[in-house]
Amino acid sequence: MSLLSDLARLIAELILIFVVLTDLILLGSSRLTSTIRLSAWQGMALGFLPLMVSRAGFGPTTLRLVTLGAVLFAMKGFLFPRLLLRALRTAEVRHEIRPIVGFQASILAGIAIVAASFWMGGRLPLPRPAPTPLALPMALSTILIGLFAITTRANALNQVVGYLVMENGIFIFGVALAQEEPFIVEMGVLLDVFVAVFVMGIAIFHIGREFDHIEVDQLSSLKD
Amino acid sequence: MTLPLVAIGVFLGGGLLALLAGRFPRASTASGAGGAIVGGVLGLYAALDALVFGTTASLRLPWDVPYGSFSIAIDPLSALFAVPVFGLTALAAFQGIPSLLAASDRRSVGPPWFFFNLMAAGLAMVVLARNGVLFLVAWEVMALASYFLVTIEHRRAEVREAGRTYLIATHLGTASLLAMFALMGRHAGSLDFDAIAGNVPAEAAGVLFLLAVVGFGTKAGFAPFHVWLPEAYPAAPSFVAAVMSGAMSKVGLYGLFRTLTLLPDASAWWAWTLIGLGIGSGLWGILHAMAQGDYKRLLAFSGVENVGIVAMGMGVGLLGVASKAPVLAVLGFAGALFHVLNHATFKGLLFLSAGVIEATAGTREIDLLGGLSRRMPAVSAATLIGSAAIMGLPPLNGFAGEFLIFSGAFRTEMVLGSPSSALALAVIGALALIGGLAAVTFTKSFGIVFLGSPRTERAATASRPHPMMAAPMFVLAAACVLVGLASDRVVGVILPAVAPLVGMDPRAIPAIVRESVEPLWSVNLASALLAWLVVTLAIVRGLLLAGRDVTASSTWGCGYQGATARMQYTGSSFVEPAIKFFAPFLKSRESLASTTGVFPGEGSFSAETRDVSKDALYRPAFAAVGRTLARLRWVQGGRVHVYVLYIGLTIVALLVWYLGVSAR
Repeated sequence: MSLLSDLARLIAELILIFVVLTDLILLGSSRLTSTIRLSAWQGMALGFLPLMVSRAGFGPTTLRLVTLGAVLFAMKGFLFPRLLLRALRTAEVRHEIRPIVGFQASILAGIAIVAASFWMGGRLPLPRPAPTPLALPMALSTILIGLFAITTRANALNQVVGYLVMENGIFIFGVALAQEEPFIVEMGVLLDVFVAVFVMGIAIFHIGREFDHIEVDQLSSLKD
Repeated sequence: MTLPLVAIGVFLGGGLLALLAGRFPRASTASGAGGAIVGGVLGLYAALDALVFGTTASLRLPWDVPYGSFSIAIDPLSALFAVPVFGLTALAAFQGIPSLLAASDRRSVGPPWFFFNLMAAGLAMVVLARNGVLFLVAWEVMALASYFLVTIEHRRAEVREAGRTYLIATHLGTASLLAMFALMGRHAGSLDFDAIAGNVPAEAAGVLFLLAVVGFGTKAGFAPFHVWLPEAYPAAPSFVAAVMSGAMSKVGLYGLFRTLTLLPDASAWWAWTLIGLGIGSGLWGILHAMAQGDYKRLLAFSGVENVGIVAMGMGVGLLGVASKAPVLAVLGFAGALFHVLNHATFKGLLFLSAGVIEATAGTREIDLLGGLSRRMPAVSAATLIGSAAIMGLPPLNGFAGEFLIFSGAFRTEMVLGSPSSALALAVIGALALIGGLAAVTFTKSFGIVFLGSPRTERAATASRPHPMMAAPMFVLAAACVLVGLASDRVVGVILPAVAPLVGMDPRAIPAIVRESVEPLWSVNLASALLAWLVVTLAIVRGLLLAGRDVTASSTWGCGYQGATARMQYTGSSFVEPAIKFFAPFLKSRESLASTTGVFPGEGSFSAETRDVSKDALYRPAFAAVGRTLARLRWVQGGRVHVYVLYIGLTIVALLVWYLGVSAR
């Protein structure tokens, strides 16, 4: 029993580390297909997190946890990437050409964000102990790196990916810290994300067809 | 407590059905008007029951909203304001039926009925609410629903402009109320009125009082917060304007009255403030009303005048509370509350009359009308009663309310020494002046519109009014007469509502004011005799004229035969002497193209009086705010990245700040 729970904790920590590493790789890659794939892997890995956290001794393993993980795995691992790759094909762009912050600088900024997250995570008062000391810093850094990606990437598809990464961070937060969070809320959040990605995918699909590019900077002439 | 809630439910249900049935004008009208009328009658019954028998009831249900609770109650003060709310809603709905159906080929009748009922529900809820959050929610429902009613004719640019002015004004008022309730909640730890009452420290009361005056005064129409009234009322359909002026501005006053019951005892400067505002509103309102050529604008400005009179009454009442003189307190507040009821009655009546005129003659420019009394004698008689009542002539109801305020002010003069007596003298002088100017104003509006001969083709060919448009006017006219004749009884009904304002036992109050109320009875007796005399003379005249020919011929037909209807007095010429006299306060513009030479060409003359407070006070202020804020436009650069960056930076800054603070 104790061996099993230790193993589960180890796997949970590995998942978290994997997520942050993919965050950093994502910041440094210019190919749009690889950023989309990275976000998909991240999502698949996170699908196992609820199960592992509960096996590690934090709350009972219930059907709802398993369902949640499975739904997450399917949506983030397969559904969203397909939608985005489809949009990508019509937009006929392969690379993020002119990010507002360069790729190397982005990775450095990402590392700074992770460091800051460790500082913040250590000080944030928690309602109950986290399953692993890594959970909080990883959640924070994934959220902030997602925000950073949204802010600094000029390509609309990369912004969607940034949004997904941010949502992954929120998910880690929820799973790690609020196991008693009602099922309906989690499913609601997931549905929100689904609709958002769906709409953004369609919007990008159409914008790409109309304008031959999906550079957000050049779309600003539509502003009020 | 069930009945008022049922009434509100009927409003909402009727409105919703009307909206859903919007494609079938008749079904939609039946549902919307039916909801308003049935709900209004039910609510009126409940309100009168509570007012006459002094019953109180309350209901409190839990509510998920932070600091909110669904806490409602009806006491005499609520009931007094619920009477015009429910009564006018039901009556105005009658006029709404033909008015909205006539335009049903241009626009759907569903939305107007929906918003009308929603406004009625909001109004009723404001009067019943006993929790700050509930109150504000109902207040906003009322304000927004009425905004959509004001902008029914949104295809016309000036209506959109009026709607915008109204929306801005009402939200500035709400902002002030929000601050007031937030402060109250901080002191009392709860937003339930029961908890607030008695828990506000005296040193905080002054600020709360000022916030209440600004917030509620904007809705009621105190000058200088009145700029939206003369814009919004003419823009709205008349039956809506009747409810807005008769009930909604009263609900603004209700808020002020209710706040006074929540705050600790008044200081003398509150009284000075209210009396100053009251005198200012009264004179400003009536002077501008007098100068207007548009009937509904005239009525709107007269609304400013009447809330001014109410404010003066409240001021006298507060003076009594502050200086521990119960007679003054009771007389002032009772007069103010009585005038609230009266104004709702006759102003509702006059706006409905404006609706009839607009529907039949197609214009509301006073100078284009004339001679309508021959085409619609009953409407004309009802309007005459309303006009006489608003002038404050006995034996009609307008007299009684002002009489109480007058006697309160005279008492002040006797009971308190200077400087309060100077204040009392100012009230007496202002009330008398306002009464005189009101007489000029409404003599003009009634005389020019209904008497003489028609000035234009439109007035001459005015159609007969739809019976449903005119019917509610007769009810209100009858109320003006009956309340006037029974005014001493009505005062007895109002007194329980005064009790929470003066903090006395309701049973002790009638004895205090008996001496002041008694003259009303003799005045009414004398007036009744006078009325009897008039009726007798009318009968005698009818008998004498029986069997003789009555013909119309040209005036002074002996010498000059070229007289036309346009040679009659016009509205602007009638009030011209008075306007000249008050020229320093009015910004009248006249343009005259005079006729010269031996064979003169065409000449023309026009006069217009605009309200300077909007141009001189608000426009520069808003322009300055706009200029200042325009410098921040770069913040909204249109780049999505930057917007997300703002969010991210805010979150990180808050996190770091919170952690930094909590670590210490």
